[in-house]
Amino acid sequence: MKIKFLPFFLTIIFLTIFFVFYKSLQTSNIYTPKTNLEKNIPLFTADIFDSNKKISSEDIFKDNIYYLLNIWASWCAPCREEHIFLMDLSKSKKIEIIGLNYKDKIDNAKKFLNDFKSPYKIIISDLDGTLSIELGAYGVPESYLIYNKKILKKVVGPISTNSFSAINKLIK
Amino acid sequence: MASIVGSYSLIFGLSCSFLIIFFSIKNFKNTQVFDNRILSFTFLQFFLVVISFFSLILAFVYSDFSNETVFNHSHTTKPLFYKISGTWGNHEGSLLLWLLVLTLFISIFLLKSKKQKKQYRILTSLIQQIIIIGFFFFLIMTSNPFNYIFPIPKEGLGLNPILQDPALAIHPPMLYLGYVGSSIIFSSSLAAMTLNDISRDWAKHIKQWVLVSWFFLTLGILLGSIWAYYELGWGGFWFWDPVENVSLMPWLALTTLLHCILVLEKKLFLTSWVVILSIATFTLSMSGTFLVRSGILNSVHTFANDPERGLFILIFLFCLIFLSLFIFFFFFKTDKNNNSLFWLSKETAILVNNWFMVYFLVVVLVGTIYPIFLEVFSSEKISIGPPFYNKLIIPFLIPFLLAMTIGPKLKWIKSDLRNKGYLILFFIISLLLSIMIIKNLSINFLVNTVLVTSAFYLFFITSRDFFVKGFNKLSQNIAHFGFSLLILSILFNNIFSTEIISNLKIGETFEGKNFKIKFEKIKQKEEYNYKSIKGKFKIENLDGSIEVLYPELRIYNQPNIVTSEADIKTNFLTDKFMTMNYVQNQDYFNVRYQVKPFMIWIWLSVILISLGGFVSFFKRYEN
Repeated sequence: MKIKFLPFFLTIIFLTIFFVFYKSLQTSNIYTPKTNLEKNIPLFTADIFDSNKKISSEDIFKDNIYYLLNIWASWCAPCREEHIFLMDLSKSKKIEIIGLNYKDKIDNAKKFLNDFKSPYKIIISDLDGTLSIELGAYGVPESYLIYNKKILKKVVGPISTNSFSAINKLIK
Repeated sequence: MASIVGSYSLIFGLSCSFLIIFFSIKNFKNTQVFDNRILSFTFLQFFLVVISFFSLILAFVYSDFSNETVFNHSHTTKPLFYKISGTWGNHEGSLLLWLLVLTLFISIFLLKSKKQKKQYRILTSLIQQIIIIGFFFFLIMTSNPFNYIFPIPKEGLGLNPILQDPALAIHPPMLYLGYVGSSIIFSSSLAAMTLNDISRDWAKHIKQWVLVSWFFLTLGILLGSIWAYYELGWGGFWFWDPVENVSLMPWLALTTLLHCILVLEKKLFLTSWVVILSIATFTLSMSGTFLVRSGILNSVHTFANDPERGLFILIFLFCLIFLSLFIFFFFFKTDKNNNSLFWLSKETAILVNNWFMVYFLVVVLVGTIYPIFLEVFSSEKISIGPPFYNKLIIPFLIPFLLAMTIGPKLKWIKSDLRNKGYLILFFIISLLLSIMIIKNLSINFLVNTVLVTSAFYLFFITSRDFFVKGFNKLSQNIAHFGFSLLILSILFNNIFSTEIISNLKIGETFEGKNFKIKFEKIKQKEEYNYKSIKGKFKIENLDGSIEVLYPELRIYNQPNIVTSEADIKTNFLTDKFMTMNYVQNQDYFNVRYQVKPFMIWIWLSVILISLGGFVSFFKRYEN
């Protein structure tokens, strides 16, 4: 009987895979970034987190100071690691931290901010992840040091002691 | 005109398939002689696809914008070389290329397999024709490269500049030779299974195809990786991007299959491994195509944005999977003489290798498709990056490397440890050497030492074999030596890399710990289809040596895109890598300078690995 069981089992597994691929094929929103090399930050308008207002990238990065655009999500464990560095940076006057809440649930994100304190000046939300792709993000967390609407440095993954000091050196 | 010829020869090519199937079925039972009409029509089919492919190239060369594919992906000001390579730099053209290789390979297969049984040849060709028909339908119905547009546009939309690169022009053909080669292995193993003919002779015959596909797949992945290194400008060689992963998975399966085939050639053992891996390699290649082409995974390879196309590949893929499952369960008979294994033997070593490879394969597979599953079941979205792969793969690399060192030293059936004193001696040498290298560095001592030790161990043992064994087992030795070199280069590259990012104005100097960077001047120049801005940077190292680097910005006119071309000074030991970018409305340029040791050795070692396959392919002529 054991031999007879295996084909059915495998068939069911492959049918499940088929079903999953089929579903994601229907929901997939094809989105190709223009190019990864564009080091100018793209122009965009985004929803302000937990409100119905919108804000354009021009308005976010308007001042002549450094900005750190930080992509985060409440479900992302490494985001908690880098939080301490973000808090430290948020004390500086030379830099403003902009949060980009990536594919998150509003309630979870709020809880995260309550638990940890928010280092962000402005938080924009990116519920479907297209804005992050436009920016050329590989995943969460990721941070972009921006000056004059140009991306100077990109930190893939959580900010570490090394990248923290590199950022500090650049904004000095 | 060319488009009409191409379009019709595709339709005639498809009808050839039906004729071949008709003759195959008629010939299968009736006579003992192979019906040569099957062979003739296979050649005719190949010839028709060649005509179709050439007419598409012609349409690209003459910028015939009445053809929709040409209009979407070409431009009159593009250099001729990229007009030609643009033919397969898009969805429609690359599928036509795939079809071309499919028909080429089945023709070669029929020519080369004259000594095999008639039924086996017919059945393989039959299964291959099913795949070919699938691709013909896919091409003609959902992505015809010869669609006509009217009124005829004056100018095309242009090829994405980041694809205008020599490495990328030959990357798809190489990769396809590997992928499509695996389709022959797939058809052939299904045919052999149906006829209950999985034997040592079969292994000897199919080994050539495994080696060819493996060789091209390895080179194809290498070219893609080299391209990402100097064109994408982030300065790495592997990003664990889903797109890279889907090419790595068939490679892992194929590499395992290669080892199993080498065993099966010597003795009837591991037959179910061989069969399952043959099926897995091809289905993984197909799933890869499906995942990146359908847009489920976002990537630079996403050409198709038509859900209909994705659905077609998906259904086709699962038809093939269920066909192979059906054949496997109804026809496959496990070898009865499954003698028990002695723990210290070559067979055990190969099995250990298999399980490690399967583990790596599963890690990559889970990392790539788990986010898709999670999103469908819980609409939760996650992304999986390098840390996941590093944590799961690196620790297992240590026993894998050790097994790879000792495994080939063992004998078939039963082995012992006599005369193996040098193994211990070399281990101690590797251990001492790695301790010396690692101890002065501020990195995790234990993990890195063990890793470097095991890589050095394999390195030394395989180097020794070059002297002791000479040409005996040369192919295995080259490939394993290449692998040890690859791991060593990657480790040292990670440990010793340095990076500087700074904003500089012309005339300014950046003072680093070990070097000074002076931004001397920029030079602007109009090129054929882009404007070039080249910076000149002088780097003075602490030891007094001076290096001049010229990173470049290219502003393409059609489509209007800025790309940054890294300037890379490669020498024997290190790569000096520099990119430069605009800081808008300012005199400043953002400069990124990296010193990456052993980069060239990463590429060289992969070439060595594939050379191992190459040598093995030609070895049969030695004997």
